[in-house]
Amino acid sequence: MAEIVSLAEAVERAIHDGDAVAMEGFTHLIPFAAGHEVIRQRRRDLTLIRMTPDLVYDQLIGAGCARKLIFSWGGNPGVGSLHRFRDAVENSWPVPLEIEEHSHAGMANRYVAGASGVPFAVLRGYNGTGLETLDGGPTIKPITCPFTGETLTAVSALRPDVAVIHAQRADRSGNVQLWGITGVQKEAVLASARSVVTVEEIVDELDPRPGAVVLPGWTVTFVARAPGGAHPSYALGYTVRDNDYYVAWDAIARVRDTFIRWLDDQLYAGRS
Amino acid sequence: MTYTADEMMTVSAARALRDGMTCFVGIGLPSSAANLARATHAPSLVLIYESGTIGAKPDRLPLSIGDGMLAETADAVVSVPEIFNYWLQPGRIDVGFLGAAQIDKFGNINTTVIGGDYRHPKVRLPGAGGAPEIAASCREVIVVVRQNHRSFVERVDFVTSVGYGSGRGDRERLGLTGAGPKKIITDLGVLEPDPETLEFTLTGLYPGVSASAAKERTGWDLAIAPDPEIIAAPTPAELDALRRFQGTRARSHQ
Repeated sequence: MAEIVSLAEAVERAIHDGDAVAMEGFTHLIPFAAGHEVIRQRRRDLTLIRMTPDLVYDQLIGAGCARKLIFSWGGNPGVGSLHRFRDAVENSWPVPLEIEEHSHAGMANRYVAGASGVPFAVLRGYNGTGLETLDGGPTIKPITCPFTGETLTAVSALRPDVAVIHAQRADRSGNVQLWGITGVQKEAVLASARSVVTVEEIVDELDPRPGAVVLPGWTVTFVARAPGGAHPSYALGYTVRDNDYYVAWDAIARVRDTFIRWLDDQLYAGRS
Repeated sequence: MTYTADEMMTVSAARALRDGMTCFVGIGLPSSAANLARATHAPSLVLIYESGTIGAKPDRLPLSIGDGMLAETADAVVSVPEIFNYWLQPGRIDVGFLGAAQIDKFGNINTTVIGGDYRHPKVRLPGAGGAPEIAASCREVIVVVRQNHRSFVERVDFVTSVGYGSGRGDRERLGLTGAGPKKIITDLGVLEPDPETLEFTLTGLYPGVSASAAKERTGWDLAIAPDPEIIAAPTPAELDALRRFQGTRARSHQ
């Protein structure tokens, strides 16, 4: 059964140096507050997994938390580049960043395989692309269908140490409910050994919502209340995208000095 | 009415969509074009965003594919694995709209890296996103991209999404089920694949643009159709609808 704890305690207990951590939320319900807590607690050598690494991963990468990134699209949605991600890949700053990249379909299926307890997933795709042959394709291999003889693509399962997501609500038993664009969060939680779920609010009873995903409390490790924890991204029914933040991030992240100042002022201030 | 090259390109892309089609839409210019089509000649166009919203009916331009309005106005909202596995992969979707950082004469697209080698690129781009499977599985693909020497290249630095590979027969050999890119719509005009060679050929020009200007802004020896169509300028109704949408985007920035 999920333990309801503070966000600081959840990160402290669930995420350790060197872990593979999947913070998911497909442009909606992005777990910014949890990501910022990981930066404050100065985790290092993480393998960060996320289909759409956007601002929160730019911040984690720039802060030096990551050794490796597994992803399918890295950008500032609707704005442009992720400058800290690019600086890490192009110039190894602040530390070298190993990358493992897929398409969205590949990443989604890798989570499905992880959640399903099988070592790989099969899809049509990748044929003829450069992705297929990267590094000899340790996570992408051709496979022959045993029934039809067709050649398809196998992608290896993702089994993160920790999944981190943001949801609208949980009840006092730690059952989690999220709705709207539900992305790949359910698969990420079920594929991972542990999970941290931040929520807008903790309520007595989860009345049904159309199209909601419910994660029973026994599938979740820690629940932490973090109102506004998806800011500046959307949390349907609670907050809308703070577009000024996304636009302003472009200028902050473009230069190392302004980024370091942001990190000191916004995240490290008041912490040892 | 005067108009910009980007407005002409967006209107041209919108006109390529027929009413009742299902369309896989990305954010940015494709989203503007698809919403413009729905507001003008194609009210029954089905907009599908990769965030899992099927049949979204936004009344302003979404800022990202996570915009709650897309979910609230959709016929169905499905998970990300489902949108790719059940909806895109089996070939249910008529048309996919793609952008490109680089594109070659067979419509192969790069959105991954430019220059250097893969591990040490000169420019690291966002990567694949949903594009490889959109390019593989939509019944047809339309690419929208500004035309210049950086984008229109002899050979892409990385094949993120496959067009016609190295020519006729490659899509079949690779098992790609969709027909591939049918149009490249640029800020100068429209390119379509040659029926024999599948090499992209200039078949349409916007008013006031010359074929030689298009040739000059292409990094390969661009083939030009014998008598390229002169594409009609945006109508006042098209421009009004487009600017109304752009205005809503500007407002939702506040």
